[in-house]
Amino acid sequence: MKSRHKKLALIGGALAIIGIIAALVLNALNSNIALYITPTEVAAGKAPQGKLFRIGGLVKEGSIQRQADGVTIAFVITDTAKDIPVAYKGILPDLFKEGKGAVAQGKLNETGTFVATEVLAKHDENYMPPEAAKAVDDAQKAANKHVSPSSAEAAKAGN
Amino acid sequence: MIPELGHFALILAALVSLILGTLPMIGAHTNRQAWIAVARPAATALAMLVTFSFACLTQAFVANDFSVVYVAQHSNSLLPIEYRVAGVWGGHEGSLLLWILMLTWWAFLVAVFSRELPDTMVARVLGTLGLVGFGFLLFILLTSNPFERLLPGAAEGRDLNPLLQDPGLVIHPPLLYMGYVGFSVAYAFAIAALLSGKLDAAWARWSRPWTMAAWIFLTLGIAMGSWWAYYELGWGGWWFWDPVENASFMPWLIGTALIHSLAVTEKRGSFKNWTVLLAISAFSLSLLGTFLVRSGVLTSVHAFATDPRRGIFILIFLVAVIGASLTLFAARAPKVGLGGRFGLVSRESLLLTNNVLLVVACATVLLGTLYPLLIDALGAGKISVGPPYFNAVFVPVMSPILFLMGIAPFARWKDASVADIAKAVKWALAIGVIVAIALPLVYGQWYALTALGLFFAAWIVATAILNFIERVQHTRAGRSFLATAFSQPRSFFGMHLAHIGIAVFVIGVTMVSSYQDEKDVKLAPGQSVDVAGYHFTFNGVKAVEGPNYVAAQGDFDLAVDGKFVRKMNPEKRNYHSSAMPMTEASIDAGLLRDVYVSLGEPIDRDKPEGEWAVRVYYKPFVDWIWGGCVLMSLGGLIAMLDRRYRVKARAATQLPAGTQQA
Repeated sequence: MKSRHKKLALIGGALAIIGIIAALVLNALNSNIALYITPTEVAAGKAPQGKLFRIGGLVKEGSIQRQADGVTIAFVITDTAKDIPVAYKGILPDLFKEGKGAVAQGKLNETGTFVATEVLAKHDENYMPPEAAKAVDDAQKAANKHVSPSSAEAAKAGN
Repeated sequence: MIPELGHFALILAALVSLILGTLPMIGAHTNRQAWIAVARPAATALAMLVTFSFACLTQAFVANDFSVVYVAQHSNSLLPIEYRVAGVWGGHEGSLLLWILMLTWWAFLVAVFSRELPDTMVARVLGTLGLVGFGFLLFILLTSNPFERLLPGAAEGRDLNPLLQDPGLVIHPPLLYMGYVGFSVAYAFAIAALLSGKLDAAWARWSRPWTMAAWIFLTLGIAMGSWWAYYELGWGGWWFWDPVENASFMPWLIGTALIHSLAVTEKRGSFKNWTVLLAISAFSLSLLGTFLVRSGVLTSVHAFATDPRRGIFILIFLVAVIGASLTLFAARAPKVGLGGRFGLVSRESLLLTNNVLLVVACATVLLGTLYPLLIDALGAGKISVGPPYFNAVFVPVMSPILFLMGIAPFARWKDASVADIAKAVKWALAIGVIVAIALPLVYGQWYALTALGLFFAAWIVATAILNFIERVQHTRAGRSFLATAFSQPRSFFGMHLAHIGIAVFVIGVTMVSSYQDEKDVKLAPGQSVDVAGYHFTFNGVKAVEGPNYVAAQGDFDLAVDGKFVRKMNPEKRNYHSSAMPMTEASIDAGLLRDVYVSLGEPIDRDKPEGEWAVRVYYKPFVDWIWGGCVLMSLGGLIAMLDRRYRVKARAATQLPAGTQQA
């Protein structure tokens, strides 16, 4: 009997621990997911209000502007169909450039500016974040149903 | 000509690996000695062929042979020689070649250092490694041939990615791959044991040092990568919960569980199924890591331009390896549960808890890493899972592990008494509590998480010392304390050293996440900025020239309490051959803190002599993070060199001499 009790205790304890961990994981996962939203979707008002999300696309040519404090930067992320103004305070990654793909994480403010808390860096000048590529692809497919240029070409076109 | 020789050697290697993967396996099954005897020479030949092939590619790099596509893409005639050599594994094709090189070396080492093993066992272990090697060689030859020619050859190469032009890169990938690939040996031992049906303590003892070696390399490789990210990327972070980092961390977690589980299997004959499953998982996760890195399916700081077809090949390979292993496991694993009886409180039960928690930790990382892929595959949109998820989950899962780490060494095998353990560790508990309450106050503000981290660190160190003293007292038998202390088995030293390494690591993580400080500011020459009592004065930038880049080099004076400490010279580099700027941070490293300054961009692009965006950091105890990893590896190394792994080897070598005399 004694060993059966022990077994029950072990199994019960294990189940309780797994339950707690599962609850913990699901809770953490739920509150830390950031959706990817394309500029077109943001323009259509599909972005969540007051919640973190990610936006991907190309950094529009000639849009980078440095604010007076020297460390706040304004730029525009575009999927070639819609433009979304972005503000970011901090130092940008080395490979952040006009005409190149970028992914930023942050929230939308009242005036419709995307306030980024993080701008994702990349390691390779030829690399295009898949989310940025998809945003541009989607927008171009919508714009022109006959020609759907690959994301790589779109990235080059932005150069 | 030389690249073609390398290519040819690779094709031969694929054939040899196929022979190695089949003949000895069939021989072991049907008990044909001649076929079994093929294993060692075939493994040796395989290692020689791949080494030759690797040398050919290295030669192409050193000789600037830009008629080879891979060389033209990853090197440049201006590239310093050490980075030309490191450039061999600076891209996809070469890093796979490095992977297979490591695999064949591991197989070769097993062939050399396995004289005490039964020949059928060796045949099966090497055969398994041969099959894995065959899969990878096929992958290289079919999708990623590094010897492909460019006709006509390029006049100049595109240069190695500037991020990779760093001493860190020279050693990070090889260390990491040694670890990744090293788990293939533990895996091969597990498969061999399943095939032979002999899962016993002897198998665990053979497998242990190899698993430990792989774990040491993986630990160092991850630490090296983290350190490299810290000083090279210029973001001041040491871990980003990036998918690719997670990919290396998951095998580490399972590998850690595996070395503990192997200990139980060796000492008590228990946990056999579990150990086998962990060995299979560790290697499968290594393969998964390779897949994640090489397929580019996830947005990651490591995501270099990639080719999705390659991902599909690795995915198929991954499914084949996992599927075949688990099928074998299901058919052959002894159906005896955990094996060996043990009490509710015993060293076995504590190690089992450690194992379960490590596996859970790994599962949470896996979930967070693959969740975006899953959601995307279901067509439910693209998402990302951020670092807060991992932090929120990791602290509660790791805390019990850190606590149990202090207790388990006191627990007896089979049945332990809670009262005895409590009596043995009560002072450690008291020390931990005092440190947790007092130390954060000494340092600054008191935070609950800081106190928790410091408690665990103090607890682990104190229990390790108490356990050591207790053990010496018990085994003294009239000898002096010191003499007894030094005669303890190495595995015992190793264990405590590795655990203290964890404590040191925890101190680093706790302190840096609690008390670090950073500032992003705009500075004109002559202006200064303060962070955590460190005073940085900016004296402007000047242009400097490197071998293959030009840089704007900042000139900063670092001062504390009005006293000049040193100059700091961060750089912003522009490499000639790629339009890619690079930030080189300047770090003043110290035992108790690092201060760190990096250049952002000139405020006005046309006036680099004017104002600059500058980032300064204060990072307390940050070097303890990597110091802790080094201690863990050192502990592993000492444990691996324990005498009992070599006693048999010596007995085996002495035996033939003895028989000759007789």
